[in-house]
This record gives sequence, structure tokens and C-alpha cells, in this order.
Amino acid sequence: MKEEMIIAGFGGQGVLSMGKILAYSGVMQDYEVSWMPSYGPEMRGGTANVTVMISDQPISSPIAHDYDTAIILNQQSMDKFENRVKPGGILIYDTNGITHHPTRKDIRIYTIDATEECAKRGNSRLFNTMILGGYLKVRPVVTLENVFAGLKKSLPERAWKSLPDNEEAIRTGMEIIREQI
Amino acid sequence: MKEVRLMKGNEVIAEAAVRAGCDGYFGYPITPQTEVIETLMEMKPWETTGMVVLQAESEIASINMVYGAASCGKRVMTSSSSPGISLMSEGLSYLAGAELPCLVLNVQRGGPGLGTIQPSQSDYFLATKAGGHGDFRMIVLAPNSVQEMYDFVSLGFELAFKYRNPVMMLSDGVIGQMMEKVMLSAPVPRMTDEYIKEHYGDWALTGKFGGRAGNIVTSLELDPAIQEQVNEKLQAKYQKITEQEVRYEEILCDDAEYFMVAFGSAARICSKVIEMARADGYKVGLIRPVTLYPYPSKVIAQRAQQAKGFLTVELNAGQMVEDVRLCVGNHIPVEYYGRMGGMVPTPGEVYEALKDKIINKLK
Repeated sequence: MKEEMIIAGFGGQGVLSMGKILAYSGVMQDYEVSWMPSYGPEMRGGTANVTVMISDQPISSPIAHDYDTAIILNQQSMDKFENRVKPGGILIYDTNGITHHPTRKDIRIYTIDATEECAKRGNSRLFNTMILGGYLKVRPVVTLENVFAGLKKSLPERAWKSLPDNEEAIRTGMEIIREQI
Repeated sequence: MKEVRLMKGNEVIAEAAVRAGCDGYFGYPITPQTEVIETLMEMKPWETTGMVVLQAESEIASINMVYGAASCGKRVMTSSSSPGISLMSEGLSYLAGAELPCLVLNVQRGGPGLGTIQPSQSDYFLATKAGGHGDFRMIVLAPNSVQEMYDFVSLGFELAFKYRNPVMMLSDGVIGQMMEKVMLSAPVPRMTDEYIKEHYGDWALTGKFGGRAGNIVTSLELDPAIQEQVNEKLQAKYQKITEQEVRYEEILCDDAEYFMVAFGSAARICSKVIEMARADGYKVGLIRPVTLYPYPSKVIAQRAQQAKGFLTVELNAGQMVEDVRLCVGNHIPVEYYGRMGGMVPTPGEVYEALKDKIINKLK
């Protein structure tokens, strides 16, 4: 098992913490993991991205050339990363704010309207876990049990009260993801 | 008390310092290594082990606080990133001149000047050849993983005290900012005052209270004849270090025809390149210097006997390539590939360079 992925969007969308939850989930499943963020000014308002690798073998390079999966959460990231998904790979995106939709025919493309779903619920803080749920539906690289354990591990104790809501958001994400035909 | 955690390279430095029985950390924030002091402040080790954590007013103050505490035989360290390390140069020279042990972490960013905050290895020359003025050397360790960031803190202290010499850990923004699994070892207690008196009482300022003659910690000697003897003593020490402390890793070198040489984050990228090249049937190996001073010259010279060509991969304009050329000589090509200014090449880019500069030219 080996998954090399990029999660990319705006700073503040929870891109880095989504990667962190996945990395922790990988640790819970006894996999090797790496989490390599963009850092610095990007985190303070620009685009942010994180490369996450999960593997049953030691990870050589934490820097990737192209990706098995790309989770894309804004147009700038779509422009940058659509062409860096490996043929046969997966691209997941939220249609909100996307003006130029992906056009590749050699990858599987999924949409997940998490922004809209969060707006309905009036809780935008569940956005990233909802996206994560959608990802896990199409790429179940770690068990849901380990994801919940990873989620808990990645949060400070004072935030544990939000665990049930986030677990539910993961389940919702699994339901609302759609393959783009 | 061993445990596995998922941590950033910078965060793990704080954990390692406390667990290595560090007596004091003196530093000043700078990206991409600020998590070191942030994590230490959060850990509040002064409440548990008694370790001092102090944010100084500048890097110059930090390194001189290190000098003061090291003079007392204490296990102390600082950390910074490239521009901050430049500010510490004078202090590093004084520490080396006074033969004081300390650990200095450099999480490199692109330069020159204020440069960028993104990852770079552009301080290779600084760390290995020009840490400051005067004829001195630092032992330089180049971690390539979060685990090595952890391990090299205690190794660094061990070498610093063994040779009474500054040790620099030369890391970069990739290793400092990334998270990986890390195995933490059981904590080692800080040295007691009695231990320091017993083991380092011949040079450290422990308070003499009668008994022994006074120790003088200084790097000043106005008589050139005596200063030359000081230099000769230092050079003899460096010679011993080059004989005894070379560390390196070889990956798939035994049958290799083409060799890459890279350290730190660049070596991680190259280990992926080797997988790609081997899959295409090219016999490529990687030599990863773990100590940049002393340099693994002998192993590179030996491998040059079987090699058709060498490629060094560095996140700089080509600094270590000069040392590889010294080891290999002129009978086969030694080329360089790298990116600068905080750009990090992907394994694919490096593989193309390897084919372009070495394999396709020589096969």
C-alpha cells in the first residue's frame, strides 16, 4: 500500500489539519507516514498545501513529482495540480469557487459540495473533515476506526468536545461525494 | 519510556534536548525553525528537569549565552536559520578557540541576505569551511529525517563534549517543517554539579574553592609563538576527528556504475530517484554523508574506482560538489544538479538531470 497525495486550497480551510488527521490515522494503522506542508506567508492568507504520504514501506522522498490523489479546494490549486495527478489517479474537488473545471480523461474525478453542505448546517468548521470523509469513501487507505483515533490524536484535549460533530461530518462526506461523469 | 510520536523536525529538537539532559537553550525566533523555542516554552522544562529556556534579545546574545554556560561545563545549545547563524559566526569562532562544547542547529533557508524562508542547503560552505574567522572546524551532522533530528541532539552533545568543540546540526526547512514518526528514547538526567566537577573540572569554571589551580576559559593569546601551539593543538584534535568520526550511509552502492552524493533533504529525494533509476535498469547508488565535517572522503574515493560518473544533488548552487571532486579526481565526470532560493526539486526533476548529465553521456 502506498498513497502519495496533495491537499491544496486556501489558508484557513483546514488543509494542513486534514493532512495531519490522515497522517495520524496512518500512524494508528502502523503505516509509515510523512506530512510536508507549505509554510510561511502562504499560511497567512494565500494558498496552502500539504503533501501526505502513507505507506506500508519506508518513505524515501517526502517530496513528490506527481500524486496518486489530489484534493483541490480552490482555483489556483486546480490550475497548479490538475496536471500533476498520475494517470489513473484521483482528483477530488469542491465545486464552490471553481470556474475552470478539470478536464482530464485519464484520471477519476470526484466532486464534493462540502462548502454548501456546511453552509446548510451553519458550521463551516466541519469543512475539512467532510472533505476527508469523501476522500476516504473513494480511497479507503485507512480504516474508519483508525481515522477516528487519528482525529482524536491530532486534536488538543480542549477540542475533543468537537469529536462527535467531526465524526459525523466524515460520514456525511462519504455520502455526498459524487463521481464526475 | 520509549514511545512513538508523529512530530515536526523542529518540535522533536525540543523533545530531544529535554530528554538528552540539556541544561540550557538560548535562542531567537526565525522561520523556519521557530517551533524549536515555541515547543520548549510549551514544555516548560524548567519545571521538570530544571533546564533553562531563554529567548535572548538577538542571535549574538544567544551564542554568547551559550559561550558563558558552556564555560561552566553545561550541556547547552542554540538554534537558528541561515541569517541568524551568520550573526553567530563570531561567537562560534570564540567557542572553537576556547574549546567549548555546544550544539548549534541551523535549519537552513535560501539566501544570501534575508533571502527566503523556504528550504535550502546553501550554508554548506559556512558549516564545513567558514563557520567564522580563524583556523577552526565544527563537527557537522546532517540529519535527513525527523528521527535523525532527534537522534543527533544526543549524538551532537556526546561529540561536543568528547572533543570540547562546537557541533553544528545542518538541517533545512524540509526536515524542520515535515512530520514523520519518531521513536523517543528514555530521558537522561541532567549532569549534576559533582559530575561536571569530576569530569570537566580540568577546564570548566565550576568554582575552585581551594584545591585546584584556577581554570581560564579564553580564546585570546597575544604571544604568536604560544598562539601557534594553540593552533597546532586544535589541528591535532581536528585530525583525530577526521580519523574517528566519519559517518555516512551507502544505498545500493555495491553494484553501482553511477553514483549520486547528497545529504539531508536532498538525499531523501535522491533515494526516490534511485528507485526510479533501478526500475529502468540503471545501476545507480547513493552515498549520503551524515557527517559533512569530517567528510567521508575515503569511501567516495574508493567508490570512484568502480564508478563511471558522479552527480551531486544539493539545494544550492553547487557547494559540496567541490569536495566530491577533490575525492574523485579528474578521471571521471563529477557533475552537480540543484535548485536555489528555496525551490525544492522533485525526484522526477533530479532523475532527468541524472540521465541528462551522467547516464546518457556515459552509457
